[in-house]
Amino acid sequence: MDFTYDDEQVALRDAVRGLAGKAYSDFEQRRRTVADDPGWDEDQWRRMAEMGLLGLPFAEEDGGVGAGPVEIGIVCQELGRVIAPEPYLTSVVLAGGLVSAVGTPEQRGEVLGALSTGERVLAFAHDEPGTRWTSTASEVTAAVDGDTWTLSGTKEPVLHGARADLLVVSAALPDGGTGLFLVEGDAAQRSGYRTLDGGRAARVLLDGTAAAPLGTPGQDVTASIATVRDITRVMAANQALGAMQTALAATTSYLTSRKQFGVTLNTFQALTFRAADMYVSQELTQSIVDWATMVVAKGDPAEVATAAQRAALQVSRAGRHVGQEAIQLHGGIAMTAEYSVGSYTAHLTALDHLLGDGGHVLRELAEDVLDHGALEPLD
Amino acid sequence: MQLELSAEDQEFREKVRTFFTTEVPEEIREAVREGRELTKEQFVESMQVLNAAGLAVPNWPTEWGGQDWTELQRHIWHEELQAASVPLPLAFNATMIGPVIAHFGTDEQKRKFLPPTANLDIWWSQGFSEPDAGSDLASLRTTAVRDGDGWVVNGQKTWTTLGQYGDWIFTLVRTDPDVKKQAGISMLLIDMTTPGVEVRPIELIDGGHEVNEVWFEDVRVPGENLVGDLNGGWTIAKFLLGNERVGVAPVGQVKGALARAKEKGAAVLADDPLLRARVAELENELLALELTALRVVARSADGAPHPASSVLKLKGSELQQAVSELTLDLAGSGALVFGAQEGSGLEEWAQRAAPTYLNFRKASIYGGSNEVQRQIIAKTILGL
Repeated sequence: MDFTYDDEQVALRDAVRGLAGKAYSDFEQRRRTVADDPGWDEDQWRRMAEMGLLGLPFAEEDGGVGAGPVEIGIVCQELGRVIAPEPYLTSVVLAGGLVSAVGTPEQRGEVLGALSTGERVLAFAHDEPGTRWTSTASEVTAAVDGDTWTLSGTKEPVLHGARADLLVVSAALPDGGTGLFLVEGDAAQRSGYRTLDGGRAARVLLDGTAAAPLGTPGQDVTASIATVRDITRVMAANQALGAMQTALAATTSYLTSRKQFGVTLNTFQALTFRAADMYVSQELTQSIVDWATMVVAKGDPAEVATAAQRAALQVSRAGRHVGQEAIQLHGGIAMTAEYSVGSYTAHLTALDHLLGDGGHVLRELAEDVLDHGALEPLD
Repeated sequence: MQLELSAEDQEFREKVRTFFTTEVPEEIREAVREGRELTKEQFVESMQVLNAAGLAVPNWPTEWGGQDWTELQRHIWHEELQAASVPLPLAFNATMIGPVIAHFGTDEQKRKFLPPTANLDIWWSQGFSEPDAGSDLASLRTTAVRDGDGWVVNGQKTWTTLGQYGDWIFTLVRTDPDVKKQAGISMLLIDMTTPGVEVRPIELIDGGHEVNEVWFEDVRVPGENLVGDLNGGWTIAKFLLGNERVGVAPVGQVKGALARAKEKGAAVLADDPLLRARVAELENELLALELTALRVVARSADGAPHPASSVLKLKGSELQQAVSELTLDLAGSGALVFGAQEGSGLEEWAQRAAPTYLNFRKASIYGGSNEVQRQIIAKTILGL
């Protein structure tokens, strides 16, 4: 039982912190970056590739680095600390994760190799209007004629879908189940827009669009989609943790510098107690995020699913608490786009709604409460 | 980063688990499990079983019966005690005055007090709080005035838990009224059979008699009963209260209570999605708390309490209260019965739900109230 990073992990954290901090610790720089399409910095993406971050989760034979979940979590935490707008979570962890889990060796080598070098950006086109955080596709359907597959229907919102070079698309299969397909970005009709946290998403229309089955053609991969979504959920939790840490630090710093009624705000216990409660939320979150990350490292899909739900529930509660209180304790300045804290709250909100919010996972967890006795995290 | 316990720690856990579940009498553990009031004899028997095996005071120096364990092993010991429903070694002896005497006491005091303290041959009471000194402990007014080699003590202590069983009481008394309030306090050990000591029960909202007032009227105390330096009592108090916060999160106890609530209330839970959601939410928070306790354990390697232990006290007491509240709600109208009643057809757990719920309101008040913990977090950790 050990909750500390080893030397290499500390070195990775420091390196990523340096790279991400250089780009975005000046919040104005992030604001400028998200103002123009694609909503992130292509040069920064290349630097992340050079540092090996984009290939971190993938096997070496696929062109990756073969690092573990703890390392990916470190990267996500550090990106979260500066709310870096680059699509690491959706392109590398989620879309890349699906290719890694489902793709043939050739597909893995080709797609993940290009992803790792920064040549190609991926997006996962999965959500459909009217669906609510599922692992299956329904509106987008796949059709096959001989060896030729085509997809039809609408995916929305697809995070970074307009900029992506390659789309990983989920679709209902002709014989039932959900399959995954690779679609060239420009083969789909795409209209992009902003997300609530300064990111980008798109509506992706497919109309008999040519698609290459990812992995074995016609195979139902719902379970793989679910597992990769679970892993992504844990990594999103890492990212949210980083964002919470910065939001709290900004809040305490503001409380000790901002003066009203002739004194600094930390003179008022009503405010410092609320900051203390934010710290409690943050610490509990760190514990559960570290734990869930280690469960991912153990690799059992059923355990990963539960750990992802548990991390998501805690992060949802804490993210809303810390995000909302960070704005309130700052006062009006946090309502402005110019000041950082409001954007942290927006990003926490976006992460909460990416793969299933607290209420959503609580409903799932509540179904199973009578199936076990006391929870034993160490067993 | 890794989740598994080392083989050595797994073996350690197995060893203490086996001991607790086979050597401590089942009727004592059942009483704890069911939330019944323990008799003095049950407390004593349980602690003596532990002490005979070196498992009562592992946090003490090894020469006085402590164990050379890692922080994690101490944590495992503490969790397994609770998981097995073994009464925790009496806190006044094991975590309060024992370590104080071992750290600040004279050799004579150590020889005289430590062995019977570990074995609960002496039952200690705590004489800190006063009617006008609660969270603001340093404003205490009980006085000790020099009289030859000894002291004469006058005043009143309150909230003395289980003081009705006490043989000795460790007290904070004012020995210099003319200096800053923290600087004029000393610690005296007082034999509770001394003339002038009177223990009066306080009836609580749960119907029980858990705490007392202790009155001192011209109580003569020998000079050798001063612990540490004259007017050095505040330092000792801080040392003691720091120890109190470590392991104050009753994770194992609350986990057991929640698991039993699910078991007893299974039929209600199967019917009620909102109650199930409350259980799920509590289980998650408790998981986060337990993992935080493990992280704090790992960071307190030098033995000093980590400031984040305030998080454990704060959240641990909140969850303890929330689980008792859930149990109350699961009991439905059965919770109207106050305490175990002869001849009632209602189940014992339901009858105990309301007193337990009311009793645990104390948890966010004692051990440094939760507001004091927030103050510590804000000042010490956040620099506010």
